[in-house]
Amino acid sequence: MGEQVTGYLLRRLGLALLTLVLLSLIIFLAGQVLPGNPGRAILGPFASQHAVTALDNTLGVNRSLPAQYWTWVSGIVHGDLGMSYQFRAPVSSFLFPALGRSLKLAAVAFVIVVPLSIVGGVVAALNRGRATDRIISVAGLSLSTVPEFVSGVVLIVVFAIGLKVLPVTASAPAGSPVLTQIKYLILPAIPLVLILFGYIARMARAGTIEALDSDYVRTATLKGLPRWVVIRRHVLRNSLLPTITVIATQTGYLIGGLVVVETLFNYPGIGRLIFTAATDKDFPMLEAGVLAIGIVYLLATLVADVLYTLLNPRIRLVRAE
Amino acid sequence: MADDQHRESVAAPPATGAPDGHGPAPHDPLAVGLPPATAGASGAVDVSARRIRRDHFRQLMHSKPFLVGAVLLLWWIVCAIFGKAFSPYNPVNGSLLQFNLAPSGSHWFGTDSLGRDVLSRVIVGSRDILIIAPLATLLGTAVGTAVGLVQGYFGGLVDNVVGRIVDAVLALPVVIVAFLFVVAVGPSTLTLILVIGFVFALLIARTVRTAVLQERELDYIAAARLRNESGAHIMFVEILPNVSGPILVEFTVRLGYAIFAIATLSFLGFGIQPPTPDWGADIASSYQYLAAGYWWETLFPALAIASLVVAVNLIADSIESVLIQ
Repeated sequence: MGEQVTGYLLRRLGLALLTLVLLSLIIFLAGQVLPGNPGRAILGPFASQHAVTALDNTLGVNRSLPAQYWTWVSGIVHGDLGMSYQFRAPVSSFLFPALGRSLKLAAVAFVIVVPLSIVGGVVAALNRGRATDRIISVAGLSLSTVPEFVSGVVLIVVFAIGLKVLPVTASAPAGSPVLTQIKYLILPAIPLVLILFGYIARMARAGTIEALDSDYVRTATLKGLPRWVVIRRHVLRNSLLPTITVIATQTGYLIGGLVVVETLFNYPGIGRLIFTAATDKDFPMLEAGVLAIGIVYLLATLVADVLYTLLNPRIRLVRAE
Repeated sequence: MADDQHRESVAAPPATGAPDGHGPAPHDPLAVGLPPATAGASGAVDVSARRIRRDHFRQLMHSKPFLVGAVLLLWWIVCAIFGKAFSPYNPVNGSLLQFNLAPSGSHWFGTDSLGRDVLSRVIVGSRDILIIAPLATLLGTAVGTAVGLVQGYFGGLVDNVVGRIVDAVLALPVVIVAFLFVVAVGPSTLTLILVIGFVFALLIARTVRTAVLQERELDYIAAARLRNESGAHIMFVEILPNVSGPILVEFTVRLGYAIFAIATLSFLGFGIQPPTPDWGADIASSYQYLAAGYWWETLFPALAIASLVVAVNLIADSIESVLIQ
């Protein structure tokens, strides 16, 4: 038993590492296809060809591709993410603070969406086929398909400009207390919440329905347990398991959404960092930012898989065969 | 048509495929999208497939979300094709004296900062996105289906290698992948179609592969192998018709995502380029005036995008629930 778990987890970890290496290759290749050489991009159109070549040599961008890839990857392994072309400073000094701010925004979104969508999904399942169910399902599905910048501008129009209850930007004045900071993050978090609500609620609903239809719930009901006790003890516990996986895989979408939300609300997180790097063709920054997003996603799915395996030994045994 | 009922009862059970070996095996009720030419090989199969298709169609016509979605989508298609003819003003050249006008009788949706009629831009703005999104999705579906068939049918090394690459690319959100490549090649309609088609191909390949893995174990494939049919023939003539249901669902769902992704890229400046009327790009150029109170320049294109994506997704969801019960 224990060996099987360890074996599975090790294999899972190995696959994640392999995926990461492939991902770094893809990012590196895409970065190398970028038009215009870096020296020209930094020095501008009026610099002499001589100066451009000299800078290219300093940056090492006219060496062979495998050599450049090796330098890049071994740098990353040692915590050196390269120099930003735009700011001529280490990428890491921008990347990590930005990542931290994005995590703050993502955390606010998760704190709102997880309980909300689980309750929504369970309520829909308990009212299966009735109007409540249909309203939650159709509204959730519809909202999850509206791009974040669309719901974002509508929210700004209504809450920041119409009702004037929330600020238009996401960044609280420097040195604000935590509560004020959170207040500034609520409006930017809502577009992310709207996207995620539909997916998570859908999974929670499906899980709950499956549990409701199962033999053990029928037994519990026939035993004469009150409905609420049956739901709490037998239904919820089993219906929430698949939801964990969805929450983790949605982290990827969430980060994609951050690019848009952070640009719209002018919030200096990883999304805006990537957006600015792409606009400025600052490609060490762009590559590092995109790689960071990939790593966060791989970590999230890895954690979800591990949790799922540990919480549900049935699945693991089937898979191990 | 009159003897349909008769032949249906005959058509139902045989599980080992049509006798001539070229008809699709009738074990799979997901016969929607079945090309009539293949189905015609055996009369009995043909009738049952047609009946199922008619049933599905009737179910869709009774589904309220589907009808709402279809009407909305139809409206935007009409705008995309004939919009230039019936939009009240020129969407590209405005009157510079009449900028930032609030909605009124002469400008229902107001005018933007360059004096262009917002209603006209919203109507004509449906055009490019409704050309690019379906093309990208079609490309992705075609390539993804082929890759998924090969992956699922051959399995082994091919499957593993492709599977790893798919995993790696899918660790990134579509918008980010598009970012990387659009920055590299420069924004153009063709780049958008290729990039989105490429990412979708990977996603669709995954779905098709799973469906093929289930099909591969069935008797009609073993029979086809015994008849010495080529791999290509088995994949595209035997298996493909039987996995067309999930592929159709995948196409409609991805179409919604394509619109989502293109609108988002246009908003960020990496999609459809101004001055072509486009909802995402229009929102990008007007949202900084929100604080000044010119809400109509942003709100109406935003509602247009919302109505289009919701319409496509209502349709996709209805088709999915009819096909996969």
